[in-house]
Amino acid sequence: MKKRIYYFLFLLISVLYTVQSCNYIGDAQSSEEQIPDQVSYNFDIRPIFSDKCFACHGPDANKRQAGLRLDNEESAFKALKENPSAHALVSGKPQLSEVFMRISSKDTSILMPPPSSNLKLNSREIDLIEKWISQGAKYETHWSFTRPKKSPLPKVKNAKWAKNEIDHFTLSKMEQKNLEPNKEADKEYLLKRLSLDLTGLPPSIAMMNQFMADNTPGAYEKAVDQLLKSPAYGEKMALHWLDVARYADSHGFQDDSYRSAWPWRDWVINSFNTNLSYDQFITLQLAGDLIPNATKEQILATGFNRNHKITEEGGVVDEEYRVQYVIDRTNTFSKALIGVTLECAQCHDHKYDPFSQKEYYQLYAFFNNVKEVGISSTIGGPETYAKNPMIQISNDEVKNILKFINKQDTNKLIVSVMGDRDTLRKTYILKRGAYDAPGKEVEAGTPKSILAFDNNLPKNRLGLSKWLFDKRNPLTSRVFVNQLWQEIFGRGIVKTAGDMGMQGELPSHPELLDWLAVDFMEHGWDIKRLVKQMVSSATYRQSAVISKEKLKVDPENVFLSRAPRYRIKAELVRDLVLSSSGLLVKTIGGPSVKPYQPSGLWETASSGRGVLRVYRQDHGADLYRRGMYTFVKRTVPPPVMGIFDASNRDQCEIVRLKTNTPLQALIMMNDPTVIEASRVLASKIDVEPLKIQDKVIKAFRLIVCRKPTENEVKILSQYYNDQLITFKKEQSRADKLLAIGEYPNPEKMNKFSVAAMMQVITALYNLEETITRS
Amino acid sequence: MQKDFLEHGLNSNRRRFLSRLSLGLGSAALGSLLVPDLFSGDSSDSGLTPGIPHFAPKAKRVIYLFQNGAPSQLELFDYKPRLREMMGQDLPSSIRGNQRLTGMTANQTAFPMVGSFANFQQHGESRNWISDLLPYTSKVVDDICVIRSMHTEAINHDPALTFFQTGAQQGNRPSMGSWLSYGLGSENKNLPSFTVLLSRGKGNSQGVYSKLWSSGFLESIHQGVQFSSGDDPVLYLKDPDGMNKYERRKFLDQVSQLNQLSYEQFGDPEISTKIQQYEMAYRMQTAVPEIMDLSKEPDDIIKLYGTDAMTPGTFAANCLLARKLSENGVRFVQLYHQGWDHHGNLPNEIASQAKDVDQASAALITDLKQRGLLDETLVIWGGEFGRTNYSQGKWSAENYGRDHHPRCFSIWMAGGGIKPGISYGETDEFGYNVVKDPVHVHDFQATILNRLGLNHEKLIYKHLGRRYRLTDVSGKVINDILV
Repeated sequence: MKKRIYYFLFLLISVLYTVQSCNYIGDAQSSEEQIPDQVSYNFDIRPIFSDKCFACHGPDANKRQAGLRLDNEESAFKALKENPSAHALVSGKPQLSEVFMRISSKDTSILMPPPSSNLKLNSREIDLIEKWISQGAKYETHWSFTRPKKSPLPKVKNAKWAKNEIDHFTLSKMEQKNLEPNKEADKEYLLKRLSLDLTGLPPSIAMMNQFMADNTPGAYEKAVDQLLKSPAYGEKMALHWLDVARYADSHGFQDDSYRSAWPWRDWVINSFNTNLSYDQFITLQLAGDLIPNATKEQILATGFNRNHKITEEGGVVDEEYRVQYVIDRTNTFSKALIGVTLECAQCHDHKYDPFSQKEYYQLYAFFNNVKEVGISSTIGGPETYAKNPMIQISNDEVKNILKFINKQDTNKLIVSVMGDRDTLRKTYILKRGAYDAPGKEVEAGTPKSILAFDNNLPKNRLGLSKWLFDKRNPLTSRVFVNQLWQEIFGRGIVKTAGDMGMQGELPSHPELLDWLAVDFMEHGWDIKRLVKQMVSSATYRQSAVISKEKLKVDPENVFLSRAPRYRIKAELVRDLVLSSSGLLVKTIGGPSVKPYQPSGLWETASSGRGVLRVYRQDHGADLYRRGMYTFVKRTVPPPVMGIFDASNRDQCEIVRLKTNTPLQALIMMNDPTVIEASRVLASKIDVEPLKIQDKVIKAFRLIVCRKPTENEVKILSQYYNDQLITFKKEQSRADKLLAIGEYPNPEKMNKFSVAAMMQVITALYNLEETITRS
Repeated sequence: MQKDFLEHGLNSNRRRFLSRLSLGLGSAALGSLLVPDLFSGDSSDSGLTPGIPHFAPKAKRVIYLFQNGAPSQLELFDYKPRLREMMGQDLPSSIRGNQRLTGMTANQTAFPMVGSFANFQQHGESRNWISDLLPYTSKVVDDICVIRSMHTEAINHDPALTFFQTGAQQGNRPSMGSWLSYGLGSENKNLPSFTVLLSRGKGNSQGVYSKLWSSGFLESIHQGVQFSSGDDPVLYLKDPDGMNKYERRKFLDQVSQLNQLSYEQFGDPEISTKIQQYEMAYRMQTAVPEIMDLSKEPDDIIKLYGTDAMTPGTFAANCLLARKLSENGVRFVQLYHQGWDHHGNLPNEIASQAKDVDQASAALITDLKQRGLLDETLVIWGGEFGRTNYSQGKWSAENYGRDHHPRCFSIWMAGGGIKPGISYGETDEFGYNVVKDPVHVHDFQATILNRLGLNHEKLIYKHLGRRYRLTDVSGKVINDILV
């Protein structure tokens, strides 16, 4: 009876509610979207339930209210504990379903979610749930926890546009949304894009000329192959992996002293360049030390799991930090390799995904047997640069077996790696995640909702990697394919590349992701092949022009009817400046370097202890290495990198933000790295026997990677002439500008024309297009 | 003549395309120049339109005088005569309870209590007890609220600092100033909304590091911008030698013109944002050095803060700068003063540290008050934890040390809607445990947000499927100290 009154009440005010909801800020856009004919649990309902309901009616048994669990079909249809005559869900009958009654009620004492939760459903969400119940309230397994399947290529109208399978999937979406793909990008743009994506470096003029002149049908593929063969490919691919692996050159806490992990980085670059298959690449990093008769290289690879921060702060409680390291490994494994936020289950059952706290510690158990302590030494000399377990790498080994390691001196070289104890350390559920509150003992295992751990596998990290690469594991391949897609298209098919669980975003092209994931497994987890597949697609090769219509319909370019346009990564901004000016030293690997940095940053932030208390800037060739080799001191990361959104390597990071800020503008205008590059390039171009216009064109091509328009040449040449006159009047300004940076000036030069050209070049470095992949 | 041109600013070319750009942008857009997501972020979740608080704020800005290394409450704010009487006696284990200890004193066989070498007096109308080490602070005692019942969870510097700044001991979370920048945006279109100033005393130091003012998973625009003494107060702000303002303007005009061509070709709104960011950078180049210049401050102000204020990089100079930045609309000014980690030789070191900060801290209160700004500016003074009531290592009445202590410590807050001239919370007679009105770090953070018009349970950011808060999963506003 009471319920019926509520229902009438609801009818009465629903009109008002609709009016009101139109004014609800932030809601407008999503409310406009139409309700689909067939409501899908996975794509329409679960995102709402997960975000707004599961915290109290989900997997976390301790926080569950009224005994109601909505994430699980069986219990959602049961009679309610508090009122056995009522049901949360009654198939086909929203008016009899307590869920619908409560979410649509105006009575705040029964409204769900309760106002105190600060959560609110909008009218579209309420309508969706109503329709879903009307249509039978059918549950589905979460999309990413079912095995991917290769579905047949979707039928498309404009089939001749497609260059490979990828295009069928993207075009089909576009056609559904009445979008047409952009035409293919002009060759110059295409080559810059390809070169940046595959090597992180702009194309050389020779390569531009070669590509422009080659009108054969295979020209593009030739360029792709050439770039994939470049050793810079391994560096570019490693860049993302260093974020994932939270690689840094310091231990990370308090005084934050030096760590020698760079040989591991050399291994990563080499692995990408030799195209080690993904399953091998990961297996070695997870469990190289457990492979029978493990080689030194295999053991080195396990440095991956020792890249986490390690404390050197005297006085800490050892166990607190040892536990922290195991937690870090567990969380990194979850986020990086299976794309779930298992870390939420560290203190309690997961609130959204079907992971229990017990399962968290079962996974944790794989990483809990390392021969390590929380604090083995406080800041000190070279013996503290790695922590046990560690290996020593000799010059002989570098000469004979570990040839990829760029060791240039004869100093002792140690690297932290993995190594297990002989006897198993017991693992307990840690109550509230606290190191000193052990609960029940658990055995190593994996979350059942993903794939139960095969009892025939060894219960160690080697067994875990077998589980990871079991063809039945629904996540491994999807997660990597998605990360690679993100690196090439700027955003993942699942935008939240670190979270494919219920709180993560849904894939924009689910069939495409699955097709690629299966294809990747079927072809031996071949990374270069996958890269080539992506960049060969017509989707990739579109122009990046954004029409007003497309900007309105699809501002984020979810449907890929144009090539994505975005600012390149922090490290690549540096690479572009050094490479185009000819300053780049292309040495691969070796210890990190310390290029120009504003003075005092380390010094003011230091307690005065440790080898990294003072920033000792390098000189000579080490000033001109690629950005990925810039020294990362975790507590004071290189400022240029941070301002351009690089990871601070505090923990595993899968997605970098892409911001656009005034501090970035200040760097491009004033960083001595940019000014020096402008000077060096200007002094080279100045002596070439060319007309002013042609000098401008040359600089433009080197930096922007295309030929300038007439208008652009005119503006820049006028600027050059203006500057030439100014510098002749104000000679001392020219002298000062020409003194910036350590790279020597030629003995003889015309300082006025060099300074003028230098200004033109600095302007080129400051163009939006220069540091944009478009 | 040249100056006229600069102030006039726009040559005809530039004026043409800038006016085209600004078509349709009202004054609202100005505030979003520096914090570009102010009007575009996904705010439906938090019930918060960034830039607009949840309810009417009492404070508009915060100045946080962080005393890095953890000053001893027992020598400064928490008067415990009993400790002197019990000098050298072992701390009863019933009082110590199961408190975990740092590795520095965990192996000590005895825990000899030591009373403060410094004397305390009652001051002002509030009759609050303040140490003789803080004569200036004693004079503003009726303007501040001393909280003696702070407690935290961490026992070591790095996690404790991180906890105070981000609400969690571990993890890459946004700093408090970043949260405020995210929640409230900028008040000044020429200055960042979160700035950081560093100084160091002579006492035993613990490092501070840019990680502490990181924006974590928030956009990097919300990260703290360190202002330093010297000729480049903000990183890369200064034009290179040989470049002048006039030429910089010309340079920007070329760049903007070319970027505009690119915008016409690609239609990407990021390009117009870029053009605006260059303009903002240009304005910062003028605005920041003006603010940093203390040479025009009148003598009475210098006298108020102390002559140290003339020396760039000192705590006194930073306090004065903080007032200027805050006055100019910087939402959150974070100072760090190092040198409070007194494991040994405490009497000497704390006396010199206290002298370093006392006058300028009090001056800041007086100065804000005389400008009518104290009501809308929340000032906070304190460290990351307290110090033990027993000595670390050998002791005498004149020389002893104190280890880290998380169970109780003192801070003060002033202005910005905090009750003046009161004290809050009490510790036991040993100065070891809180016995009345405990204030957890999350309560403290919730209270700050409340004063700025923000509900700490609603100021959230969704990252990797989870809604994050500065106060993590706890925290309650301390209503008793609110005006």
